[in-house]
Amino acid sequence: MTEEVVDNEIKESENENENIVVSYKDVKKAFGDTVVLNDLSLNVAQGEKVALIGPSGSGKTTIIRMLMTLEQPTEGTIEVDGEMLWHKEVNGELLPADEKHMRKVRGKIGMVFQQYNLFPHMTIMRNCTTAPVNVLGISKDEAKTRAQEMLDKVGLGDKVDNYPSQLSGGQQQRVAIARSLVMQPKVMLFDEVTAALDPELVGEVLEVLKDIAAEGDTTMMLITHEMEFARDVADRVLFLDNGKIAEHGPPSEVIENPQTERLQAFLGRFNNS
Amino acid sequence: MSWDWEFAFEVFPDIVGAIGVTIGATVVAYLISLVLGLVFTLLRRSSFKPLSLLMAGVIEFIRTTPPLVQLFFVYYAFPMSPFTTGAVVLGVHYATYVSEVYRSGIEAVPTSQWEASKALNFSKAQTWQKVILPQAIPPVIPMLGNYLIVLFKETPLLAGIFVTEMLQVARIIGADTYRFLEPIAIVGFLFLVLSYPSALFIRYLEKRSGKLHGSAEKGVKT
Amino acid sequence: MFTNIGEFLPFILGGLTTTVQAFLFGAVLAYSIAIVAGLMRTSKLAVVRIVATIFVELFRGTSLLVQMFFFAFVFPALTPFTPSLFLAGGLALGFNYGAYASEVVRGAVLSVPEGQKEAAISLNMSKVQRMRFVILPQAIRIMLPGIGNNSIELLKGTSLVYFISLADMTYRADILRGANTALSSQIEIYTYLLFTYFVLALPLIFLTRWLEKRASKGVSTA
Ligand SMILES: Nc1ncnc2c1ncn2[C@@H]1O[C@H](COP(=O)(O)OP(=O)(O)OP(=O)(O)O)[C@@H](O)[C@H]1O
Ligand SMILES: [Mg+2]
Repeated sequence: MTEEVVDNEIKESENENENIVVSYKDVKKAFGDTVVLNDLSLNVAQGEKVALIGPSGSGKTTIIRMLMTLEQPTEGTIEVDGEMLWHKEVNGELLPADEKHMRKVRGKIGMVFQQYNLFPHMTIMRNCTTAPVNVLGISKDEAKTRAQEMLDKVGLGDKVDNYPSQLSGGQQQRVAIARSLVMQPKVMLFDEVTAALDPELVGEVLEVLKDIAAEGDTTMMLITHEMEFARDVADRVLFLDNGKIAEHGPPSEVIENPQTERLQAFLGRFNNS
Repeated sequence: MSWDWEFAFEVFPDIVGAIGVTIGATVVAYLISLVLGLVFTLLRRSSFKPLSLLMAGVIEFIRTTPPLVQLFFVYYAFPMSPFTTGAVVLGVHYATYVSEVYRSGIEAVPTSQWEASKALNFSKAQTWQKVILPQAIPPVIPMLGNYLIVLFKETPLLAGIFVTEMLQVARIIGADTYRFLEPIAIVGFLFLVLSYPSALFIRYLEKRSGKLHGSAEKGVKT
Repeated sequence: MFTNIGEFLPFILGGLTTTVQAFLFGAVLAYSIAIVAGLMRTSKLAVVRIVATIFVELFRGTSLLVQMFFFAFVFPALTPFTPSLFLAGGLALGFNYGAYASEVVRGAVLSVPEGQKEAAISLNMSKVQRMRFVILPQAIRIMLPGIGNNSIELLKGTSLVYFISLADMTYRADILRGANTALSSQIEIYTYLLFTYFVLALPLIFLTRWLEKRASKGVSTA
């Protein structure tokens, strides 16, 4: 290991004094016999923007899907705001959490998907208000006000009565971001949100993400293949390789000055294109 | 009344004895539906509008009226044996479903295949025979197989025109002995034992070949 | 020929109420069963899935007419409960077509992309909310054409109550035929009967067509 990496670890331990929102502790994930993540430990601080990069199949998606409760960790625990997501402690024993507990913790997390996953049978407005009204229990009027605000923010305030199919991919993805924002999650997860878009539509979505990042208070974990974007937005970059965090640190180190051969090779592919 | 094993064993051979009639009617009806179904499909696609419209109407009429009534109609209108009547009527009725299956198969063949045939200067008949049907039919074989099972389960209707298939035998036994429990249960059992494994086999074929999408679900009875 | 319409048709239509009642009873029962059994078959719990699967396979595998005889003649002998003939016929229709339609429901629910469920989870919806707001509204649009076709099948199936002596249209036609044995009269009677069924099916046919068109346009253009 190089000095650089050791340095990063010191930095991370400094982070622990800050307000930790998300904490993976010795998390292992296997699908059947295939182990895709091993001994993953990771803390994310309040307001921090973390970019996850790495080759296909390295386990990036799995990391954030476990936080969204879409995938169950095989071993280890994940904490959100100091509360365990998948487990409940009863008399010093860890038991699987019930649906009620998971919903309580999950409420702090929001996610935007590669394929947008808007609800095709609902208007844009209803896409953005159904969950706030029924999950958060706020009034319809308030939900509409909030939704309008977020849709304005992503530049789609005039599309409230449209259906998703009437929007371009970039517009749909911006709606998906707004829909997630309306729920006011503490932590937002983004899984290659521009990967399904035509190249000319990528920019508009990245702009929206930069705006959200600039506001500062939302914790963000972003999987991306847009290195320039990662450098601009992220406080910390994690390079995943074979189910492990192989390098991590501020973008100025990880992206500008990669240490391992693997990361150099990985980044090399982006510089050429 | 409770289950009487002795009685069950006594009537079992009589009912099983009728299985030949049931299966015979199924197979004949199925062959009719396979051939006539294709004829229906081709006529339905005729470029001569009045013919294709007429065909559409006839198919719709046959498909949406009860096969039992069609059985009565043919039975009382034509001097055919009950067995022949049964096989023909069921065959014609299910030809309308089978034709829907062929249609979905044909529509799944890319238009480029038609264009290529034209470029090769094939005649229309040659195009159908050599290019379209060989591609259209294999993918729908599982769906066609489904209708063999469906037809099999429809054969009890033939009791209505006194074909001595399994259910009719059970009815006769029931009327003679006032015991319906065992005969009806045996018939149900035989249907299940024959149709369920066949259905599993068809589903296996379907999975293996990958489902073909389209409106071939018209049958619903799959 | 076809000169006795004034006499024959009203007599046949004397069974219209029974036919329609059997249809409605069967439809309400069938679609209630279809939703419950269809959703059960998508359950995560193996027990729930297995119970539903056994029910569905049993009723799909044993033939409607056999089931009708079972409810009419075997059920009363087995249990202290004696269903009326109408109830027996209705139960058989409801259970049989419910088993078929549950497959339509299951298929529709499964055809809603997984991403929809995941998006709903990411918005922290509960299981019930996910079903109610996200999965079912989309699944229903997908299943409606299948349900429409199933209803046409059910209407045809009502003619089987003839076998258990319920005075539906088919049964009345049979009485009429017994009293008018001339070949021309018999053809006439069953022609009227067939057309009456077709006319009854027409609204269902058009409804199903319309639903098919809507479904093929995709779920997003509401
Ligand atoms: N449901 C699953 N069942 C089995 N294996 C899975 C499943 N989901 C993911 N995997 C495997 O886990 C590994 C990590 O997958 P993951 O989706 O997390 O990778 P990724 O880093 O997001 O890759 P990509 O850049 O292609 O999205 C891969 O080898 C993948 O094949
Ligand atoms: Mg991924």
